[in-house]
Amino acid sequence: MSARNRELLGLVPASLLVTAGFAGVFIQRSNALSNVSLTYGALFLGLCIAAHVFIRITLPRADPYMFPLVAVLASFGLVMIYRISPTLARQQAQWFVLGLILFAATILLFRDYRKLERYRYIIVFISLGLLVLPRLPGIGYAANGAYLGVRIPGLFVFQPSEFAKIGLVIFLASYLRDTRQVLVQGGRRFLGITLPPIKYFGPVVVIWGLAMATLVVLSDTGSSVMFYGGLLAMLYVATNRVSFVVIGLIAAAIGFWYLGTHIPHIHARVETWLHPLNPTLYHRPLGSYQVANAMFAQSAGGLFGQGFGRAALTTINGGPLLPFPQTDMIYAVITDELGLFGAVAVLITYLLFVARGFKTAMLARDSFSTLLAVGLSAMFALQVFVIVGGVTRVIPLTGVTLPFISYGGSSIVANLVLLALLLLISDRARRPA
Amino acid sequence: MSGPIVRLFAVVVLLFALLVFFTSRWTVFEASSLNDNPLNVRTLLDELQIKRGQILADDGTVLAQSVPAPQHTWTRFYPTRDLFSQAVGYSIAAQGRQAGLEQSAGPELRGVQTGLDSIFGQLSPRPVGDNVYTTLDPKSQKVAVQELAGRAGSVVALDPRTGAVLTMYANPTYDNNNPDPKACKAPSCLVNNSTQAAWPPGSTFKVVTAAAAIDSGEYTPNSVVDGKSPRTVSGVPLQNDNNQSFGNIDLTTALTYSVNTVWAQVAEHVGRKTMTDYMKRFGFYDKPPLDYPSGQIRASLPVAPNGRPYKIPGSPLEDIGRIGIGQGGLLVTPLQMAMVAAAVANHGTLMKPHFIDKVLDPDGRTVRTVDPSVYHEVMKPSTAQALSQMMRRVVEEGTGTPAQLGGISVAGKTGTASIGAPGSGLTEPWFIGFAPAEDPKVAVAVTIAQTQGGFGGTVAAPIAKAVIQTLLAEGK
Repeated sequence: MSARNRELLGLVPASLLVTAGFAGVFIQRSNALSNVSLTYGALFLGLCIAAHVFIRITLPRADPYMFPLVAVLASFGLVMIYRISPTLARQQAQWFVLGLILFAATILLFRDYRKLERYRYIIVFISLGLLVLPRLPGIGYAANGAYLGVRIPGLFVFQPSEFAKIGLVIFLASYLRDTRQVLVQGGRRFLGITLPPIKYFGPVVVIWGLAMATLVVLSDTGSSVMFYGGLLAMLYVATNRVSFVVIGLIAAAIGFWYLGTHIPHIHARVETWLHPLNPTLYHRPLGSYQVANAMFAQSAGGLFGQGFGRAALTTINGGPLLPFPQTDMIYAVITDELGLFGAVAVLITYLLFVARGFKTAMLARDSFSTLLAVGLSAMFALQVFVIVGGVTRVIPLTGVTLPFISYGGSSIVANLVLLALLLLISDRARRPA
Repeated sequence: MSGPIVRLFAVVVLLFALLVFFTSRWTVFEASSLNDNPLNVRTLLDELQIKRGQILADDGTVLAQSVPAPQHTWTRFYPTRDLFSQAVGYSIAAQGRQAGLEQSAGPELRGVQTGLDSIFGQLSPRPVGDNVYTTLDPKSQKVAVQELAGRAGSVVALDPRTGAVLTMYANPTYDNNNPDPKACKAPSCLVNNSTQAAWPPGSTFKVVTAAAAIDSGEYTPNSVVDGKSPRTVSGVPLQNDNNQSFGNIDLTTALTYSVNTVWAQVAEHVGRKTMTDYMKRFGFYDKPPLDYPSGQIRASLPVAPNGRPYKIPGSPLEDIGRIGIGQGGLLVTPLQMAMVAAAVANHGTLMKPHFIDKVLDPDGRTVRTVDPSVYHEVMKPSTAQALSQMMRRVVEEGTGTPAQLGGISVAGKTGTASIGAPGSGLTEPWFIGFAPAEDPKVAVAVTIAQTQGGFGGTVAAPIAKAVIQTLLAEGK
């Protein structure tokens, strides 16, 4: 069976899931199966088939599993958001359409994505510019103490960090492609550890500083962890030096420790992470209420969950029981309704996507492509880890979206662009030499 | 570069394994402690999302039902409002408050699942509670309200053969749709005077004294006792009504005219030990085994002048002579006095009082039926038979004539307890009795908490008559 036919077949579970999911929510809501659920399923399936046909024409050799995996995640996300708010789900569906348009545009514009290398400095400056946008007066705004969003009044709201992550990966892939040899060979050995030459390591230090600055200026811990982790992953793959990663981790640990103890906003996050069930912290504004209720939602779900549409999201008087259920807390809602089994199924889907991303990196024939694929996949994996880890209390909770599932236009559009880049790399890698 | 990529993927797998581990921690390993955490309001929300079953009267009148509320929750509505509020109680899950049958029958009303059902409960639709069918009779309840006419007091009617509570109404009452003391006239309106009051029973207690006297073999209905007044009891002179002296009279006459000096003597002669024994047989000193929250039931017993119960039942400090005529610190509930009448009516066998007749699931299948069960064998059937004859005389020609029902024989005993400061003239009128006397189907206790000089025969007996008449007319 050809790659594209496998992809088409892979879309079947996605459309079944979306139809079954909507049907489940409808049954729960009104005790009657409305034909609207079938309409939703059919529309979604139509969009996916259109995208599939587009890939079939433009990237015939691209990895056949990535798009169906994304379709599964996106359809699942749509059902979850619909269950939380039908209005948001309609908006999310519109964002999905826009995302697919940008996905197509990316593929058409960057058939030879390697020309991106030429613009790497422009790309990195645009990315850095995007990152500071939320701090600019007038258009930037803070949510939960973190400067994450940009609001153009009357037009739209978006989260620049979602796009900046792609730009940074492109820059790093290009930069490391050029310097990976020098980083390894020009290094001196000190105490049995290979130290990289400062001259070439400079930009890496800049990224470290950038990650820390993101943390301090924007209070955006989630993106900071993501960027830094992505950088280390790419650095490791580029140089195959564990010592670099160790040095990087130590530097990060020192940075995080210092900020965690000296910046009140971050210190409070750490406190709520360590003691979410402390009644004082629980009742404090912006205290541990959200984290504690994420845990309560998961315990309510148990092994099999309460079923679609059954998780409690509001208190008796209508206040939020689980603040931000459609974005930060969507993993907790999934666990509440589908239990440990449902949550693990979602995690495995993400892991399969990341595996396909790494597989693409291994197949790629030039180091820029490899590093780009590694960076994009690692960043994607880290984003999942940061938000799910925050909800499950592996790490302090920070607000990033759960890719393709959380509500959010920027997230879904940016991640579809990320998918487009991975498919472009994959198609080139699988072309006969 | 594929070596580092494979190792990098291994790190990602490890990180995701960490996520799975923590998710299982909250969903499985630490789930029960999280579910029980006081900060967790989900349990309460679950409670609100259960459609509790109905509580119904014996004629099918709905006394409590669930109505939809916002956020997919349910709230309780009580169509009969203050008529049955005391027996039914209330359940306000949002405030964690509940009372009455709503509390005592809570597990059945919630449809609590057990065994296999609770394991597969997650897969089945939201639970719907079972319906609780009570023995309460709305017609007689309305008559009780009408006859009490707003005066503080209580009416309790039992089926002596089964212990079924047919009527239970007390003033002050409250609307159980809004169980807030501020919303009703009396601050103590949430107290159920039928099961929680502490009132002196007055001469109605002479039925207990007579049962002890005759059943112990010390006396017969024909035993002759000197009825002069006043007579010194426990060092203090005791008078009959109007200080009327009776000569040597038999016990039947002494009960018919409620002669205090005779019954005080009898109680003293029978003695503390035997009196206490018979009081316990009638259910005194214990909370009646009613299917009602134990916090809303008070045990009937004598209390010392400081207001506390004596350390041991039958304490030498008790003024047993005055207890024998329903004074001397003896404080009872109307339910307990109805049980006294019921024990005599049911040939000496006291049945367990109960509200619940049966419990049916939402599909109408029987979950549980309540079979009548014996609480105490109080006295020999022959004693009950003799006592029944004596009580008939009370209604036929004694203090209880206002309770007479044309064509149906009523057995009863009046009481007029002195309350308030000596000489204040404040009384608490009582009537306990049953009918038809030959084949009793209804036993009642009626009291008005406070009157200025009112008598049991003139104030309480007519109320009892109306309630008995209503219940017998319904074919109870």
